[in-house]
Amino acid sequence: MDRLKPVDGLIKDLAEALTATLQARDIRDPAMIGIHTGGVWVAERLHRHLGLSLPLGTLDISFYRDDFTRVGVNPHVRPSRLPFEVEGRDIVLVDDVLYTGRTIRAALNEIFDYGRPNRVLLAVLVDRGQRELPIAADACALRMELPTDEEIKLKGPEPLSLIVQSS
Amino acid sequence: MNLQLDEHGRLRHFLSTEGLPRELLTQILDTAESFSGVIGKSVKKVPLLRGRTVMNLFFEASTRTRTTFELAAKRLSADVINMDISTSSAVKGESLLDTLRNLEAMQCDMFVVRHGDSGAAHFIARHALPGVSVINAGDGRHAHPTQAMLDMFTIRRHKGEFEPLRIAIVGDILHSRVARSQIHALNGLGAGEVRVIAPRTLLPRQVEDLGVHVYYDIDQGLRDVDVIIMLRLQKERMAGALLPSESEYFRRYGLSAERVALAKPDAIVMHPGPTNRGVEIEAGVADGPQSVILEQVTNGIAVRMAVMSLAMGATGERA
Repeated sequence: MDRLKPVDGLIKDLAEALTATLQARDIRDPAMIGIHTGGVWVAERLHRHLGLSLPLGTLDISFYRDDFTRVGVNPHVRPSRLPFEVEGRDIVLVDDVLYTGRTIRAALNEIFDYGRPNRVLLAVLVDRGQRELPIAADACALRMELPTDEEIKLKGPEPLSLIVQSS
Repeated sequence: MNLQLDEHGRLRHFLSTEGLPRELLTQILDTAESFSGVIGKSVKKVPLLRGRTVMNLFFEASTRTRTTFELAAKRLSADVINMDISTSSAVKGESLLDTLRNLEAMQCDMFVVRHGDSGAAHFIARHALPGVSVINAGDGRHAHPTQAMLDMFTIRRHKGEFEPLRIAIVGDILHSRVARSQIHALNGLGAGEVRVIAPRTLLPRQVEDLGVHVYYDIDQGLRDVDVIIMLRLQKERMAGALLPSESEYFRRYGLSAERVALAKPDAIVMHPGPTNRGVEIEAGVADGPQSVILEQVTNGIAVRMAVMSLAMGATGERA
């Protein structure tokens, strides 16, 4: 375990990048959804930075994972809560680390079971590369190429820190 | 070795609440809590058991239990087949094992079994193929574990922790698989005090060994309880010498509004259904503000989703 990164600055960078993206695409007052667990921590802070009016949604994608037959039910699964109408909404999906893209695919599937959103954007704190699906972030604070035998994790909830370790 | 668990201690079959570790019982309740959110979505499904086949094997009729199992499996995206065996092969003299082998040849992943004989679900679980899970939906007088867990779920939603709770189970304990499963689940979850209230003729011998306090007088037994669980009185028991008339039973053991008032003011009233109004419970109590009887039915779906997905998760990919 090494290279602890300061997260507060990254959150600020991400908020700026996301604000620019939202402006460029003419999206006003989107709904925000954080993916459990790290994505919710990032989304809570982003939500404050951007001063969004709709309450923050949280998603636990355990029931939508593509590896259920190998790993079974996540013992720590929490209920998903989307306290707003998804139908026709512009949505910012937030996660801590973008890696294979499988989590985002599962999250999109779950969101569509709530309704048909207008647009979905993806904001991530870190894009570490090694994608396995055609998925990309619309806003990102830190891009790095990590080999598959290393992992980057967000520890929290208070304070947040990024940790790189060999898996 | 517990037939219900795999080598990692995960739920593989769900046959009884007896002897299951507290963490596992709690995991079932927590998972059910997550599934209860599924009905809030416009698509009331999760893709967890997509491509799996669940067979409801009902050797004994039960519309509601079968329906909630079917609904639970469908909300998990499984394919469901309902087999009403009492009207088909059993009459033709096919043995239970024959039936099982034939159904397995159809590549099912899970059997939900309801049978009039105690131990039927265990028997099927012992003989099932490695990748197949068995859920007990009621066997004889022995166990009805998903009913007990949906009751635990309902209690936890209203009361939170189990430790401080005093719970009374009232009625025909002797013939009730529901009561047996409830008692094991309550003790497994660390409930403060479990009482059973019944006439001597409707109590099993040495019922105290199950870890309960026995009351023959309902007015004493209901005093200061947090939860009142009424059991359905099987009317055929009247035919035997076990009971006096229905009206006499109601007078001595029926739940009236006056008796509910003996419990704590915020006590909840439960019943596994269907209720015999005027026999074990007054209509006004069954429909009253303290009754959670319909919530129990709703909660049955999320709890059955939890049990099915946990058991199927443990069996993993079939070879």
